[in-house]
Amino acid sequence: MLIDTAAEFEVRDYLRMEMMPHFLCPGCGHGIALRALLWAIHDLGIDKDKLAVVSGIGCAGRLSAYIDANTFHVTHGRPLAYATGLALARPDLHVVVITGDGDCLAIGGNHLIHACRRNLKLTCLMLNNEVYGMTGGQVSPTTSETRLTTTTPLGNQEPHFDACALASAAGAGFVGREVTHHVPKLKELIKAGLEHPGFAFVEVLTDCTEIFGRKNDMGSSPEMIMRQTSGIRPNAYRNTVDTPFRPNNLPTGILTKNDRPEYGTAYRRAAAARTGVS
Amino acid sequence: MNAVDTALTGKRAVKLISGNHACALGAIAAGCRFFAGYPITPSSEIAERLARHLPEVDGVFVQMEDEIASMAAVIGASMGGVKAMTATSGPGFSLKQENLGYAAGAEIPCVIVNVMRGGPSTGMPTRPSQADIMQARWGSHGDYPIIVLTPASVGEIYSETIRAFDLAEQCRSPVVLLYDQVIAQLSETVALDSSGRSSGKQRQWASGPRADFKPYGGEDIPAMARPGDGYRVHTTGLTHSESGFPTQNPETVTRNLSRLFSKLERHRDLIDSWESLGCDDADVVIAAIGISARAARRAVEMCREQGLRVGLFRPITLWPFPEAALRDLAAGARAVLVPEMNNGQLRLEVERVLGGMPVEGLHLFSGEAITPADIAACAAALAKGA
Repeated sequence: MLIDTAAEFEVRDYLRMEMMPHFLCPGCGHGIALRALLWAIHDLGIDKDKLAVVSGIGCAGRLSAYIDANTFHVTHGRPLAYATGLALARPDLHVVVITGDGDCLAIGGNHLIHACRRNLKLTCLMLNNEVYGMTGGQVSPTTSETRLTTTTPLGNQEPHFDACALASAAGAGFVGREVTHHVPKLKELIKAGLEHPGFAFVEVLTDCTEIFGRKNDMGSSPEMIMRQTSGIRPNAYRNTVDTPFRPNNLPTGILTKNDRPEYGTAYRRAAAARTGVS
Repeated sequence: MNAVDTALTGKRAVKLISGNHACALGAIAAGCRFFAGYPITPSSEIAERLARHLPEVDGVFVQMEDEIASMAAVIGASMGGVKAMTATSGPGFSLKQENLGYAAGAEIPCVIVNVMRGGPSTGMPTRPSQADIMQARWGSHGDYPIIVLTPASVGEIYSETIRAFDLAEQCRSPVVLLYDQVIAQLSETVALDSSGRSSGKQRQWASGPRADFKPYGGEDIPAMARPGDGYRVHTTGLTHSESGFPTQNPETVTRNLSRLFSKLERHRDLIDSWESLGCDDADVVIAAIGISARAARRAVEMCREQGLRVGLFRPITLWPFPEAALRDLAAGARAVLVPEMNNGQLRLEVERVLGGMPVEGLHLFSGEAITPADIAACAAALAKGA
């Protein structure tokens, strides 16, 4: 059941308007994901002063600068590690990580699996556009097989990473996936992640039209968004015509939810129990 | 009363402890309430001590998944307003460098302990070295200022750890505590007395109206906005303007980086620290740090017993290098000797500072500490030849 709060949500209330115009390419799906995040924050009534957004490097990493909150744009692959320190030191803050598929799964992969395992209260939003967009369109861990990128001129031979399966296997308390095609559903998923008492991993399937889509002859931004759910395949591109835009077996919605003890709470409880013991 | 209590209350107690233990207690005394680390010889005892003691003072210890994450978590905690530290050794120090550069560029206070062991690469994990002198100064990419302190005894590790936190807070800078495996794992009696040593210095926090606050404004060390205080600022590793937001405007970049590059120079009075012995009439001045300086101190005595005029200059703050002091103290000398456990790193800096003066190196990288006899023999030969 989706609650329609669109009428009362004004995205400008949560943006640093002095930073506009933003730097995203025409057709980029990241703005849709950002809107969904801010809408979820609005719905939950999270105080902007108590909101900390930590982001890594890449197109997704640049989004934190647009959010009117305490924002930290850190090093490539490390936003979860920075956020771990911040959230442990300041349990009163609501800490959100924005990362991309390369930032989170390649250079930052180790931090992701241990953040899932540790289960510290954090919400990690991974924007998956299948490509390193900022650096000009190189293959990423989530690039679908056979796709063309600047570093896979022969077509990608590596299987794509299922980030949600990884996060679930590593022990994340909350794992979900949604597409930018359906903003209210995405917003509700992010809300559920923000409300989760432990580590929440939310993968957003989004589109890179300018660099990835163009290279793979995938049409305009609306056409790419439509492909997210309709399963439309590019009808002709060399010998890769049988490859769907995304693997058909990527499920969406809440995929994992459990109530394992939250790390920070458990640590402080154990510390309190020991106080006075030398 | 346990050692942590002593560190907190400032009451005097004499304890027989190791250098790494002293470092952990110094951190507690300085107000460190967050430690993130990763096990590595010969620094692990610092993490082990703080894993025990931080929960006792309402602090947080976390063992992270790797060295990179440890450095990142420390910066994250400090950005949240909590004094934070990590500890490592050579290979781990290499891994921390990118994020250390972030702390330098974004001006986030933090303390990084590097217990030097033999290198390169995995090297000799249980053997001492002083081969990270240059890495401590230049290890991260780009130009940046950094403070590096080099204690030479267990007691000095305690007091310099406290000073490291004070300087990190006052200068909004990462501070590296650099010492060798010998004093890390050497046990000595230490007077734990934080009163008068721990100033408990805090960074300057942002105050006043949000509209007037510039996260990197002013000519000196800017005040920092604490998350939750309503300033909602942006912190980035990108080159930023006074507003904290990224910029590539050449004039703005030049202005802001110039302030960054010169900020430690403007506070030399706080930062500079050295010790000298018998330099006034010295023909030969020995310049050394850490355990090599302790051997050199004995070597000075041995030379003096032979009637040779030999002195010692020991930087306690290694970077920025106390160059004025060295120039002054070595002004009357005819040669300088630099004994160090590496292939000649401190010597490079001494040569630069003294431009043209004969500088001799005594370099040992066998995994052994340099003996007083070896230094004395070298210094005596120089003194007699001088």
